[in-house]
Order: sequence, then structure tokens, then C-alpha cells
Amino acid sequence: MGMFTDNKEKSTYKVGRRKVYWTLLSIFLIGILAAFLNYPTVWNKGVDLLNDKVGFTVMPHFLDKPFKLGLDLQGGTHLVYEADLSDIDPEDYTDSMQGVRDVIERRVNLFGVAEPVIQVNKVGSHHRLIVELAGVKDAHQAIEMIGQTPFLDFREEIELSQEELDEQQSIFEKYQEGIELTEEEMIILTKEPFSPTTLTGRYLKGAELQFDQQTYQAQVSLEFDSEGSKLFEDLTRKNINKRIAIYLDGEVVSAPTVQEAISGGKAQITGNFSMEEAKELVQRLNAGALPVPIHLINQQTIGASLGSISLERSLKAGIFGFIAILLFIIFYYRLPGLIASLALIIYIVLILAIFKLIPVTLTLSGIAGLILSIGMAVDANILIFERFKEEFKSGKSLGGSIDEGFRRAWPAIRDGNISTIITCVILFIFATGLVKGFALTLGIGVLVSMLSAIVVTKTFLQWFIGRRVEEWKKLWG
Amino acid sequence: MQIIKHRKIYFTISIILLLGSLFSLIVWGLKLGIDFTGGALMEISYTEERLSNQEIQEKLSSLDLGQINIQPIGERGILLRLKEVNEDTHQEILSKLGNPKEERFESIGPLIGKELRTKSIWAISLALLVIIIYIAWAFRKVYRPIASWQYGLVAIVALFHDIFITLGFFSFFCHFREIEIGLSFVAAFLTILGYSVNNSIVIFDRVRENLLKTNWTDFKEVINLSINQSLTRCLNTALTTLFVLLAVFFLGGESIKYFSLALIVGIIIGTYSSIFITSSLIIAWYKKE
Repeated sequence: MGMFTDNKEKSTYKVGRRKVYWTLLSIFLIGILAAFLNYPTVWNKGVDLLNDKVGFTVMPHFLDKPFKLGLDLQGGTHLVYEADLSDIDPEDYTDSMQGVRDVIERRVNLFGVAEPVIQVNKVGSHHRLIVELAGVKDAHQAIEMIGQTPFLDFREEIELSQEELDEQQSIFEKYQEGIELTEEEMIILTKEPFSPTTLTGRYLKGAELQFDQQTYQAQVSLEFDSEGSKLFEDLTRKNINKRIAIYLDGEVVSAPTVQEAISGGKAQITGNFSMEEAKELVQRLNAGALPVPIHLINQQTIGASLGSISLERSLKAGIFGFIAILLFIIFYYRLPGLIASLALIIYIVLILAIFKLIPVTLTLSGIAGLILSIGMAVDANILIFERFKEEFKSGKSLGGSIDEGFRRAWPAIRDGNISTIITCVILFIFATGLVKGFALTLGIGVLVSMLSAIVVTKTFLQWFIGRRVEEWKKLWG
Repeated sequence: MQIIKHRKIYFTISIILLLGSLFSLIVWGLKLGIDFTGGALMEISYTEERLSNQEIQEKLSSLDLGQINIQPIGERGILLRLKEVNEDTHQEILSKLGNPKEERFESIGPLIGKELRTKSIWAISLALLVIIIYIAWAFRKVYRPIASWQYGLVAIVALFHDIFITLGFFSFFCHFREIEIGLSFVAAFLTILGYSVNNSIVIFDRVRENLLKTNWTDFKEVINLSINQSLTRCLNTALTTLFVLLAVFFLGGESIKYFSLALIVGIIIGTYSSIFITSSLIIAWYKKE
């Protein structure tokens, strides 16, 4: 022992027995808790047995939270919609997308999908909505249903300038002569005397079927929410004696002239509806109307069988590989190897419990991140044991060697892991989808693995200091 | 082991591998999946005997789908690769093929793949830059005889070496096998990236320790000693990782098979480069100055 006292940095190895025992106890407790979280059936069965014997509930069931599996593992439908925000003020983009999200979510909930994932995603200037429907194998039906969501907006009348009118006239003449029009010319020609307003289907509270008192013509009556009512009132006040057009899916359905400002948030659409059409429209509007038009750009359907067979086989393979690792390190590093094996098992139990608790959605790429993090946990143990062996062989005591081994292996573990964590953070922030999932599981994995190597392995090793096995040099490699 | 002394041999091996990869990448390129290029992928299975490739071509000829790649899978499955289609066309294809069971359908717009590529490249470049900065900072105490940022740069060069050769291998491999580089390969290459950087750091850590704690005279000797001291660790870590990967490659599911192959190749190359190339590069740079 005397040979170490000259070094200030190593005071930790004189850890008191008491502290080692307490740490060991907490590690086991946390390990057991995590194990029950991963596999609550064992606890629940035991508790059921006990409760039956006593006759009343002594102990509750353990928290039973399933793993959250990604679409590639459990099957389902992945849809990406792109929103057309060309008529919207850039300041309102976020709001509008949020509106789209809410409406689609309501729609999907009607469909009865458990835990749909609906996210707004912005890539460059593209605003998208990602819809993930786990377990929905009939993508066609889902697409149809989402596709029925009406896009409703109100537009106010604008005066076309003389210039624009002249231009339209000249293009129209060209058209009559049979000259093919360019896309630009088509846009000018079809330009309607209405400009978009902020009042859209977002602010719709509900719709109702009504009949005109005199003509018995079917009408659709709209009711706005409080914000929408205010917008509607302002809009009508601004446009007295002018027309306001109601657009449905980009087409004018009616354009009544405003007589007076309308408060109370009610409006009628008096298009030329048949009874059936009006009824259907009411149903669609009640399920929510979109503030901006969207269209499908991506779809993926993954059969669950494809995912689950693959998952099961890969998991089994992973377990075999893991057992091979344990056998190898036990064979190569003997008693420390056995201890590291125990630490690694605790590490895996812990990380799975954390994935369940957060919860982290497990995908194939996420599992790849997990495998790499296990690799790094093993690597940390190997780094420590190599250093430990060097020190132990040079004749130091067990306690001294453990301490020195950890201390010397630490900078490499720290730098390796920190650079990995930095990479994970950057990838998590800037990359999308799959790469993100990979970064998340790897990042969490590396954090926990540092803890596992430094605390768990070290405490287990320290338990042996001063015991008889310490003298048995062969056990220590 | 005298590694630094024989560094010319290792450089030659690496240059041959790099040139081979370059050749393969230029001649055969990489077969990118629809995740990157856009397009549609449809996996169907029949309960009875499946249609032949020719029958499928004939049945779909009226739909103007351009080139269709048809690949039988297992006993009754078929994998179709075609250009991007909309939902209506998708339903039409299914009905033309006699409404088989659809295992999987993906239709990806060309834009998404492009964005994904640029976004991933940006994210990875940024990560690499930060790694150089971090290594330069972590090794700031060893500024002699070479500057600490040089270690960072060498780590990145080694990383490119590993990834380029792995890419070359896959360009060669894909040419002879019906596989495509899909999104999962991005995750595989990220793993190789992390592994490679970690390897370099472990070796540099030894160099750092030896430079700071011993009275060294010959930088070459220090480097050589450091690699020899890290040798067992490098081999053991590679070996344990390979256990899992080989198990997954031989026993695991189809979807993760080539993913693990990419990792196996990357880790073998990465271990080779961390033992032989990283250190040799440092000495080569040191000598030049």
C-alpha cells in the first residue's frame, strides 16, 4: 500500500466496505426492479398467488408497459403528405400545419387506430405531415379516409386591375385561336377575383344540414369557434356589399354578397347541393376541415409478419452472439470476466427498462444503435481489464491494481464515449427518421454503459478486496 | 511488433484496397434503393402458385409503368420494383395481378430521397468536424511533437479509409448479388464511423499517456510502443463485436442480414486501419514536417 501513497489522485480505492455493500445492494435492487419492468409476468403471477392465499389484495400488479415498436417491427402504414402553403402568410405556417395535424389526428382517431403517430415535419421549404398507423395493413382504406378530409377556406373579393383584365383578355383570344397556352398563361387566365383570407376550416366548430325556408333547397350551415367567429365578423364587416367566396377543396361552392357584418359565428353555404351531397359534406366537415390542401407523396406499408419473423430471428441471433461474448470474456479474463458478464447482463436489463420507460420506439436501426452500445460497453470493460492485468502482473495489490486499471482506462473510455455522444446529439438534431432512431438508442446506451463499466464492474471487483480469493492469482488472469 | 518500420507495406495494402474500391465504385457504382432514388417497391405473395415474370410483365404492360424489376422471393412471394406510382395505380396493379396478399408496399417520391441524402450528409459532416475539434481539445496537452488537431484529422482520414473500402466492397458485392443499398446502410455506416473513431481514440490515448508520463526521445518508438500496448484490446474488442455480428448475419432475419455484413466488413477494415494505418499516418506526417 505504501507504494501508492505518493500519488494524490488515487484515494478512491480505499473505499470503505460499507460503501461497497450499499452500492452493491442498490445495483441489485435497481437491477431487479428493471427486470420486473421488462418482464412483469413473473411478479404478477407471484402476487396473484399471494393475494389469493390471503384473500384480499396485499400487493398490486407491477407496472406493465409494453415496448414501443416501430412500424418496421410491428407492421403498419407510413404516409407522408405535403402541404401546399403557397396561399398562406409565412408567419402563419406553423399555425396552419398545427391545424392540419389536429384535423388529421381527429380523422385518424375516428378510424380507431391505437396510438397513431402524426408529426409535422419541415424540410427546407417543404412542410409535411407524417402519419404512422401501427397495425393498419390496409393502407388503401386509410388513404381514402384521410383523403376525404375537406379543405375549406373563405376568400374575399378583390378588384382585378385593368392591366390584369387586359392580359386575361389577350390570353383568352389566343386560346380561342387555338394556340396552346403556357402554364403561366393558364394561371393568369384562371385567376379568380378572390384572394385568400386567414379564415379556414381550422376554425370550424361544426356543420349542420338545413333547408331553405322557401325553396326547400338543401343548405349547409357552418358554425365557427370563438376565434373563427371573430375572424368571420371582421371579414364580413370589411366586405359589406362585396362578395365572399366559400371554397371547398379549391373550388368555389358559393359566393354570396355580404349585406351586413355577421356576428355570432354562423354562415350558410347555399350551393346547388342535392340532399345527398349536402349530407355527405356535413359529415365530412364535422370530422374537421383542413386549413391548407395536402397531397400524398409517400406511402409505405409493412406487413407485420415480415417484421416480427425478422425481429424474432434477429433477437435470437443477438442473444447467441451475446452469450458468445460472455463466454469469451470469462475464458480470457477469468474472474474479472465473470464479473463483467454480470455487469453486462445488468446493463442490458437496465437499458431495456429505460427504453420501456421513456419510451423509445424500437426500430431495426434503433436495435443497431443498441448493438453498438453493447459493443462499447464490452470495449470499456476490456480496456479496464487490460490495464488492470498490466498493473496486477507488475506486482501491485488487488485494490491498487483495480484502482489504477480504472484510472488509466478512464481517459480512453471518456474520450471514445464523449465523441460518440456528440455524434449522437448532432445526428439526433439534424438527421431524420432512421438515423435519428439510431442516434437515440446509441446515445442512451453509451451513457448507461459508462455508468455500468465505472460503477457496476468496479463495485463488484472491489467486493473481492481483502478476501481470500485475492490471493488466488490465477483467477485474476 | 515492428509496425512503424514496415509502414510502407501497410500503406501499399491500403492503397491497393482504396484503388480497388475506387475502381469498383466507378465501374459498377452503388445500387441505391428506392429510399434514395425514389420509386415504388411492392412485395406480394400468392396463396397458390405465383405468376411467372413474363405473365406479370404482360399483365402490367397496359399501365405504362416503365421498367419493372421482378424478383421472386421464397416459395410464393414476388418483389416488384418500379417507378413511383400513386395510390390509384397501386390499386390497379394489385387487381391486375389477381389481388394477391400484399406484404409490403412503399412508394417514395424522388424528392424525399434527395433530401434525406443531403440532410444525412450535412449531419455527418458536422459530426466529423466536431469530432476533430473534440479530439484536438482532449489531446491539447500533447502538442509536441505534432499538434493535437493533427490527431483529430488522422482519425478522420482513418475513418474515410474504413468507410471508403467498405463502400467499395459493397459496390463489388451488390454487382454480383441482388441487393440494394437501403436506408439501413446509413445506420451501418454510422456505426462503422463511431467504431473507427473510438478505435483511433484508444490508440491516441496510449500515445498521450506515454508522451506525458515517460521521458521519451524517439517519437517513432513511442507510437510503436503505444500500438503494441493497445493490440490485445483492439483484437479482443473486434472479436467480441464480430461474435454478435456473425451470429446476426448467419442466423438473423433477412432485413438485418446485409446490415450486419456491412458492419462485419467495416469492423475488420477498421481494426486493421487502427493498428496499422492510423499510427503510420501520424509518423508519415511527423516526418514530413
